[in-house]
Amino acid sequence: MNDPTSILRRPRHGLLNHRAGGAWIWAAFIAMGALPLLLQALGLAFYTVVATRILIFAIAAASLNLILGFGGLVSFGHAAFVGLGAYTVGVLADAGVVSAWIAWPAAMAVPAVAAAVIGAISLRTRGVYFIMITLAFAQMFHYLAVSLKAYGGDDGLPVPARSTLTGLPVNLADDASFYWVALVLFALVFAGLRRLVNSPLGWLLQAARENETRVAATGGRVFAVQWTAFVVAGAVGGLAGALLANLNGLVSPHLMHWSQSGQLMVMVILGGAGALWGGPLGAAVFLLLEELLSGVTIHWQFALGAILLVVVLFAPRGLAGLFDRFGTRRPTASTSPASAPTSKASSKGAAHA
Amino acid sequence: MDAILIAEQALNGLQFGLMLFLLAAGLTLVFGIMDLINLAHGSLYMVGAYLAAAAIAAGASFLVAVLAAIAGTALLGMALEVTLLRRLYQRDHLSQVLATFALILMLNEGVRMIWGEQPLMLNTPASLSGPVELLPGLMYPAYRLLIIGVGLAVAVALYLLVTRTRWGMWVRAGASNRAMTTAMGVPADRLFTAVFGVGAALCALAGSLLGPLLAVQVGMGESILILAFVVIVIGGIGSIRGALVGSLLVGLVDTGSRTLLPAALRQVASPELASTLGPSIAAILIYVLMAAVLFWKPRGLFPARG
Repeated sequence: MNDPTSILRRPRHGLLNHRAGGAWIWAAFIAMGALPLLLQALGLAFYTVVATRILIFAIAAASLNLILGFGGLVSFGHAAFVGLGAYTVGVLADAGVVSAWIAWPAAMAVPAVAAAVIGAISLRTRGVYFIMITLAFAQMFHYLAVSLKAYGGDDGLPVPARSTLTGLPVNLADDASFYWVALVLFALVFAGLRRLVNSPLGWLLQAARENETRVAATGGRVFAVQWTAFVVAGAVGGLAGALLANLNGLVSPHLMHWSQSGQLMVMVILGGAGALWGGPLGAAVFLLLEELLSGVTIHWQFALGAILLVVVLFAPRGLAGLFDRFGTRRPTASTSPASAPTSKASSKGAAHA
Repeated sequence: MDAILIAEQALNGLQFGLMLFLLAAGLTLVFGIMDLINLAHGSLYMVGAYLAAAAIAAGASFLVAVLAAIAGTALLGMALEVTLLRRLYQRDHLSQVLATFALILMLNEGVRMIWGEQPLMLNTPASLSGPVELLPGLMYPAYRLLIIGVGLAVAVALYLLVTRTRWGMWVRAGASNRAMTTAMGVPADRLFTAVFGVGAALCALAGSLLGPLLAVQVGMGESILILAFVVIVIGGIGSIRGALVGSLLVGLVDTGSRTLLPAALRQVASPELASTLGPSIAAILIYVLMAAVLFWKPRGLFPARG
């Protein structure tokens, strides 16, 4: 019993089993891959940049969802990690290092180190105190960036050119190519998140969200699990920041402002906290609504607020929760043949009950 | 650095702290009793400031404008509580964050629709625009003295309300154990609406009093909201006393470090470095204060729940 995960059996149903939804996930990714070509054919190439933005925020929101949704740890300072990643790329570019092979891993390492320190302190607190202490650290980084006059201070630091991916036949200066790179990274992050939440570490993380005392009593190292998730989320948030710096051509302290953390939180809650698709779905819906509504009326924020209110009141578990409601009727899709009869049998049992 | 400057900054800190208290008192009660994270609290402060500015533009005197702002905002707050926020009490904090974030967007845009994008001017009343000589050599604006006076009066009134009246007893009971309080027959619905109304009224008072000192503009609520949250976390959620101590602490540290810290730094470092570092250290200091309080007293200085 030394290994705390030995008490866990692979869950077939319910809380801990997160499937991304079988075959249509491939269809979704193929459609996303074809998007720039479609937009070009329609003469709407500008929207490739919008789509890239959505992918980047989908990465950031997915990373926040790991700790906020699956870990139940409401971090109000996630923008700090995004901003740190962006600043790493900006500062390295300022020093003449433009290779993505160096800058992007660095943009994950720096926030990871910051998350390791912030997490070690913040995870001693719970509930609203955790919210506030993560906010406090993010604000410190925000003001630090404001005070860095050598790197633009309040005005921010221009990133004159996008990073280079030497060795790959990809030119990131081309919007479509940049989109595809972002899509590949998003797919990797999504697959990684899926693997993580269905792993022993992910189970313990979610179990601790439900009942921390019980997990600790059965030998789970709650702090270590939550700290690991916090660091991973910080690193992935930094990756989103690196991409954002490339997309915007500018890094500014505003990236780390608390309203950015709040916006990421809203995306995750809107999409569905603790659902695999929650982060990406929320980011896409939020940014698309912003884009569409602002084209219709200058008072688009009012409409956006009203839509968010409707979602809160009528979809308590976010948009992903709406899909779940339809999904639970079917037996859970499973890849391993051995598990298929079990899942069918138990879903039959549920139908009889 | 002389004594006059320090005294002046202490008064400024007191004044800012008392205004923060008006916001934090409502926020901490709503949080402590209804267990509601209300991000839109700062928006009520903004609405109050706009109502006061609009009333003055319509020709009302300053006093009438403040009273109108208080009444209007309290009504708006209670209307929001009855129609929307009541549904959120039983929901988790995440839903509350999303819903009240949506409210911020709608209130901000609503204000923009009515009063436009440009900041409004709210002038200091003419009779209070001059300075007063408090001590030989210490001149202080009369208007700021008025704010300090009003803030202290409200703090005393709230203290009496909470400790000496039946409603106050219910409020304290609610902050300590909500389920037990309702089980003992306290009219929870009316109490919650009333608490929300009082919170909104205090917001409007702070907004209309601070209006002449700061710009009345969209987004003014969000920046002060975060400070108010810092205050209630330092003070202990649900505790009025904690809110007062936390507000004064944050007000004094914020104001003091903004002006005194660069001056102090100039004596040990180059002027250039001092002017760069000073403001950022001052801005960070509040959050360091909060982190330190949470480190040693994880439930704030005066925890309300036993």
